[in-house]
Amino acid sequence: MSSREKILAAVKKNQPALEVMATYTQPEREEDLLQQYSTVLQAIGGTAVIVNTMAEVTHYLKEMWMGKGRIVSTVPGLQDLAEIAGETDPHQFENVELAIVPAHFGVAENGAVWVTEELLQQRVLPFITQNLAVILPKENLVATMHHAYDRIGNASYGFGTFIAGPSKTADIEQSLVLGAHGSKSMTVFLL
Amino acid sequence: MKKDHAQLSADFNANEPRVNWHDETLWWIRQKRDKAANTLPEWEELREAASAVKYHTLSNLSEYLQQFEANAHRNGITVHWAADAAEHNHIVCTILKEQGIKRIVKSKSMLTEECHLNPYLAENGIEVIDTDLGERIVQLADEPPSHIVLPCIHKKKEEIGELFHEHLGTAKGEADPQVLTAAARLHLRETFLTRRGALTGVNFAIAETGEFVVCTNEGNADMGAHLADVHIACMGIEKLIPLRQHLGIYLRLLTRSATGQPQTTYSSHFRSPRPGQQMHIVLVDNGRSTQLGREEFRNSLKCIRCGACMNTCPVYRRSGGHSYHTAIAGPIGAILAPNLDMKQYADLPFASTLCGSCSNVCPVKIDIHDQLYKWRQVLMKDGQGGAMKTASMKVMNFTLSSPGVYRTAGKAGRWFLRNVPFVVNNPLNPWYKQRDMPEAPQQSFGEWYKQNRKQ
Ligand code: SF4
Repeated sequence: MSSREKILAAVKKNQPALEVMATYTQPEREEDLLQQYSTVLQAIGGTAVIVNTMAEVTHYLKEMWMGKGRIVSTVPGLQDLAEIAGETDPHQFENVELAIVPAHFGVAENGAVWVTEELLQQRVLPFITQNLAVILPKENLVATMHHAYDRIGNASYGFGTFIAGPSKTADIEQSLVLGAHGSKSMTVFLL
Repeated sequence: MKKDHAQLSADFNANEPRVNWHDETLWWIRQKRDKAANTLPEWEELREAASAVKYHTLSNLSEYLQQFEANAHRNGITVHWAADAAEHNHIVCTILKEQGIKRIVKSKSMLTEECHLNPYLAENGIEVIDTDLGERIVQLADEPPSHIVLPCIHKKKEEIGELFHEHLGTAKGEADPQVLTAAARLHLRETFLTRRGALTGVNFAIAETGEFVVCTNEGNADMGAHLADVHIACMGIEKLIPLRQHLGIYLRLLTRSATGQPQTTYSSHFRSPRPGQQMHIVLVDNGRSTQLGREEFRNSLKCIRCGACMNTCPVYRRSGGHSYHTAIAGPIGAILAPNLDMKQYADLPFASTLCGSCSNVCPVKIDIHDQLYKWRQVLMKDGQGGAMKTASMKVMNFTLSSPGVYRTAGKAGRWFLRNVPFVVNNPLNPWYKQRDMPEAPQQSFGEWYKQNRKQ
C-alpha cells in the first residue's frame, strides 16, 4: 500500500462522525470605510494618500521618487515616470527602488490590498521592490475579510496576495523594524 | 539521560533577570492580543465558527484531502504523501536532488522542525538557509526555535549582535535592532537571488480550489518562492479547510491572536506555479491520523499555530520554549508531543498549572488545559508518570486549578495560600497581572518546581 492509501485509510478510520459544516455571517456595521482604511494603514506603518486624479498621483510620485533609482510600473499611463514591468526574469527586478501597481480592492479592517498575478505581471515585484506604491479606487473598499472573500468569489488566479503595509519584523527583542525582506514602505493612493 | 522539562526550566531560571524579561515580553504580547480581540465585537462568534469549521473538516478529512489533491493537481502542482517524518525528508531531498539543487532557502515551517529536515538535508549535502529573521538568528546560534511565532524570543539583542558580528560582519558591539535587521536584509537578499529551490510552510490549504495560503510579516516566503525554480510547500494534513471563504474567519483570528496585528503583512495565495516553475506540496501525516483517532485529543488538530497559548502560559513564560524539548513548545506542544512519543514526552503534560488561560485565548477553542489533564491520566495509567509527577500533580492540581482555593477570598483563604509550603509571595510577579486567573501565588518558578520535584 502506498503512503497515500495508508494515510487516507487511517484518516477515514479515525475521523469522527460527520459534522455539518458551520456557517458564519458577519454583522453589517455602518462605517466610513475610507476613514477606517486610512487610519489602519497608517497604524501598520503605511501611508494613505487621498487623491482625485491620476495627475495628482503622478505629481506626488515624481516629487518623491524621480531620480532616486529604478521605477517600475504595471499601471498604464505612467510612462514618463516609470518603465513597464513586462514579462522578464523575476531576478531582474532586484534593483527596483519603487514599484507602482494597481489593486483590486482594499480591506478597511486591516489596511490590506488584494492583488493578483495579472495586476503584478511578475509575482515577485511587490516583494522585491524597495518601496511599493498602490493605486486603489476609493469605491473599491470593503469592510472586512468576509466581504473580501465574497468579492473574490471563485475568481481564478495563479497567485494572489493581501498586502497590509510595509514588510516588518519584531524578531529582535520585539522592537518593530519596517523593511524586513519585502518593501520598506507602502503608499496607497486612494483615487 | 536527557533532561526533562523540570530540569530544563531550572537551567532557564538560573538567570532571574532574564526570566523576568522573558515573562514580561510575552505578557506584553498577550496584552496586545487582548486589545486586538476587543476591537471585534464578534470575536466569540468568530472563535466558535473557527472551531466548528475545523471540526467539520476533521470529520470529513479523508474526502477533503482527496478533493484538495485533485484540485492542486489540476492547478499544475505535484502532490506527495508522507506517512512520517523520514518519508517527508526523503521526498524533499529527492525533489531537490533530481533538480540538481544543492542550496535552498526556507521560510518558517514548524513541520520541517518537527521532522528535523535541516540536519537531514545537511547530511545529504544540501544547504538550508532559514530566511525568517528569528529563525535565521537561531540557526546561526545553532539552536532550535523557542517559540512557533517568535523563534528567538529568548535572545537578547546583544547576543544577536554578537552572532551577527561573527557571521555577517556587523560592527563589534552593535546591538541596535534597526541596524541588525538591515544587515540581515542585505545578507538574505543575496541569498534569495542565488537559490534555485525554496521551501515554505503552509498556513491553510483550501480543498475547494487546491490553493494554499502562507502568511508572513517579513515577505520571506514570497521572496524565496517567486525567485526559485522549484517551490516545495510542506504541510500537515490538518491544515486543510473546505472553502476559500473560510479564510475570512481564520485570517481575522490568526494574527490578532498571534501578535495583536489586524493581519500579517502578506497573506499569499499560491494556486499554480508561475510559468517555468515547479511547485510541489508534501502532505504529511506523522502521527496526525493517530491523534485524529484519540477522541479526547483530536481537537488539538484544529490548531492554527498562532502561539497565543504560549504567550499567556505562566509556565511557558517562566520556563522558556527550549524547556519543552520538542519542536512545538508551550501548552499546545505539550498535548501534541505525547501523541508522537509517550515516553519521551511524558513530562510535558505536567508542565502546566492547568489554569486554563490557554483555552481562554485559543482562537479555535481547543480545550487545551482539559487535554493536558487527560494526558496526565493516560500517562499515569500507562506507567509513564513517575513518582515525582504524582507529587507535583497533587500540589499543582490542588493549589492552582482548584476553583475552591481561588475563590476563598477571605482572610482564612489568604492565610492558607500564604502558608502552603512552597509558596513565596511576590506582588511583582506577573502572574498577579493575569486578570483571568485569581491570585496564583508563586515566586521563582524554578525554585518552586525544584522543590516540588523533591517531594
Ligand atoms: S492551540 Fe490555540 S492558542 Fe495555541 S497555538 Fe494553537 S491555535 Fe493558537
